[in-house]
Amino acid sequence: MLKRQAYLNDQLLTFAVWFSAALVIGVFVWILSDLTFHGIAKLNWSFLVSAPENAGRDGGIGPILVSTLLILGVALLATIPLGLGTAVYLSEYTARGGALARFIGMSLDMLAGVPSIVFGLFGNAFFCIWLGLGFSILSGGLTLACMMLPIFIRSTESGLASVAIEWRHGASALGLTRAAALWHVLLPASAPAITAGLMLSIGRALAETAALIFTSGYVDRMPDSLSDSGRALSVHIYDLSMNVTGGDESAYGAALVLIVLLVVINGVAASLSDRFLRLRITTL
Amino acid sequence: MKPAEKDLLICAASPTAYTLGEIELGAACCVPIPHIQLENLCVSYFGKHVLEGVSLDINKGCITALIGPSGCGKTSFLSTLNRLTDLIPGSRVQGRIRIEGVDVMDTNLDVLALWRKVGMIFQKPNPFPLSIRRNIEMPLREHGLRQRDDINERVERALHDVGLWEEVRDRLDAPALALSGGQQQRLCIARALALEPSILLMDEPCSALDPIASAFVEELIQRLRNRYTVVIVTHNLAQARRVANYAAFFWMTERVGKLIEFGRCQSLFDSPNHELTAAYVTGISG
Amino acid sequence: MADAGWRRLGAFFFGEGWFPSSGQFSLLAMLWATLAASVGALLIAVPLGVLSAVFSRFYSPRWLVTPMRKVMVMLAGIPSVVYGLWGLTVLVPLIGRWEPPGASLFSAILILALMILPTVALTSEAALATVSTANLQGAAALGLSRKGIVFGVALPSARVGILTGALLAAMRALGETMAVLMVAGNVVQTPSSLFDPVRTLTANIALEMPYAAGDHRAALFASGFLLMLIVTLLAWLASRGGVHEHA
Repeated sequence: MLKRQAYLNDQLLTFAVWFSAALVIGVFVWILSDLTFHGIAKLNWSFLVSAPENAGRDGGIGPILVSTLLILGVALLATIPLGLGTAVYLSEYTARGGALARFIGMSLDMLAGVPSIVFGLFGNAFFCIWLGLGFSILSGGLTLACMMLPIFIRSTESGLASVAIEWRHGASALGLTRAAALWHVLLPASAPAITAGLMLSIGRALAETAALIFTSGYVDRMPDSLSDSGRALSVHIYDLSMNVTGGDESAYGAALVLIVLLVVINGVAASLSDRFLRLRITTL
Repeated sequence: MKPAEKDLLICAASPTAYTLGEIELGAACCVPIPHIQLENLCVSYFGKHVLEGVSLDINKGCITALIGPSGCGKTSFLSTLNRLTDLIPGSRVQGRIRIEGVDVMDTNLDVLALWRKVGMIFQKPNPFPLSIRRNIEMPLREHGLRQRDDINERVERALHDVGLWEEVRDRLDAPALALSGGQQQRLCIARALALEPSILLMDEPCSALDPIASAFVEELIQRLRNRYTVVIVTHNLAQARRVANYAAFFWMTERVGKLIEFGRCQSLFDSPNHELTAAYVTGISG
Repeated sequence: MADAGWRRLGAFFFGEGWFPSSGQFSLLAMLWATLAASVGALLIAVPLGVLSAVFSRFYSPRWLVTPMRKVMVMLAGIPSVVYGLWGLTVLVPLIGRWEPPGASLFSAILILALMILPTVALTSEAALATVSTANLQGAAALGLSRKGIVFGVALPSARVGILTGALLAAMRALGETMAVLMVAGNVVQTPSSLFDPVRTLTANIALEMPYAAGDHRAALFASGFLLMLIVTLLAWLASRGGVHEHA
């Protein structure tokens, strides 16, 4: 009797497990095919470059793509130097495991978990109002930078930390100053990790909506300058699906473009890491 | 043809590949002028002593081998000589270390000058992820050498010194990590030699290499005699016998590494004074 | 940010309701909605995620392991607006046909579950990977069935990592704005049934910020602060666990 019960339990688990896996794959296929099916009709060159018409039901996403890229550009310009600097400081100039390092590390981890809408509120209060930047690409980009920094810093830091100790000792034995060792050896050696972290951050930034709604705004015209309000791709999808009746078609098209962008970025990140790793691996 | 075999053949074919000259054989080859003097050296990590009461003089131009079982502080000993212990967390060095009369542990010491004078080769070859040329060139630039011609000349001479020149002369910009293990280790030695040190510290330089590459590096070490003061940690007793003028035997007593015996290599092996030494060199214990 | 006065604090939780124009800012209904949606999503996503991880580790044929992982990573990378779009155009009408209106707590739960599933699955996978093969082989040698190995050895060993993953997922669920906004119906009311339309704290902020002023604005900021406190608490708990999400 006991054996039969055990056997049934085992079978039940097996079924449950396979069911879960099938469900996951099934939903994934469902969403992806739905996206493609509904969105593919809209995908053509003119969609990518022309301006939205009729509140976005017709026309394209040209100015929106431009705004998105500008916002991303601002975010990167702020994130990369600040992030690299902080990571280098954490990794090289603070005692590993010391109080300061642990405190900064924990703060960063917590920041990474803060909901994007809270960042949106902060961005609105700080960049738009207190700094007087208003609804602009600049505000949006800087807010995004705040969101990207914790992830980027953490991954850069772990990349630096994992650089083989042999190189550090070798650099020291050769009398290289810390700065020289960083510039010539440590940073190039951790380039794959840094790039991967950067790609991850970019992916997160592109997917962001809540932080941008009240920092970079809704305007869907082609922006003239960084202080203009601009609509990011994700915000456009939101607007089309929620506020514009009959905007679903265009929303799907835009969503497809966004997904393709993300896939490309992740693919580039993966292949970059691969290529770098192959050049770096010692054969001992 | 495997790269290592190619190494061997090329070297045999062009005896002038080395600028270091002929290998000098025989035991007595140097005048006993102390280059490095140690008095009562103690090393501890986080309070735990790994080395105690080591006093010896390392003579100029000689190859001194540090032998003894694993864990009795030979690598720690080496690390104190170029202040690498500064990088190791929790380390504490006591005692006196003098190189050419200058106290190494002095806090006012020009550490940069020390590193130029003392080169270190590690057990696992660690060429930087740069090109072959840049591996040697970069430290030179960092130490202040600017003229392109000077740099090129030093790079070439260093590569000749280690017998790599013929093999890599036409791919100096290839990544250093693409070289074979033996070539990488020789590159690391070239990198150290390019800075024109007077002392070379080697921590088991051949243990991570295959026998052919190992033979190559060993032969290179033999050529360094007289030109450089070499301190080499090795587990390979036969290698120590072949290569060294002097030998220092370390052993663990009461969980701390101690120097048991130090003297001319031949006499240490043939007629050791201490019974532990005798036991070790004949392979009974350790 | 928390410049709503202390005396308002009581009103936040025990006031009459959320009627900004008349100065009433009770968050309670939306707090309930947020909690209900997140808890519901966790109840679905955590078992499913753990089971998927178990599948990958113990039941999956070799060739399926990497593709499954890639699917998970891709699902994790889909932006929330896209989930919201899909939810709005596919899920909500589907539910609407069964029990109108479609936009409700239930759809919010479903879409949130979908979004946090990859997090749970990936962290659980990482946690299961740390269970030593020695332990597993030992269990097999003792004659345990696969279920026995999974429930008796693997899951208990990995429970810290799985718990951390669940915490991370909870953080994500609580903070999710767009997808929930698009499918939950956005009526400020304490949900009495699964199919009532509701509005979460996050959705509330997103909807009303563009035109809020003065006290209203302050109240929204305060609700954001409350959210951040809850999430930070969870983050602190998670950081003591140790296993982080691999994306």
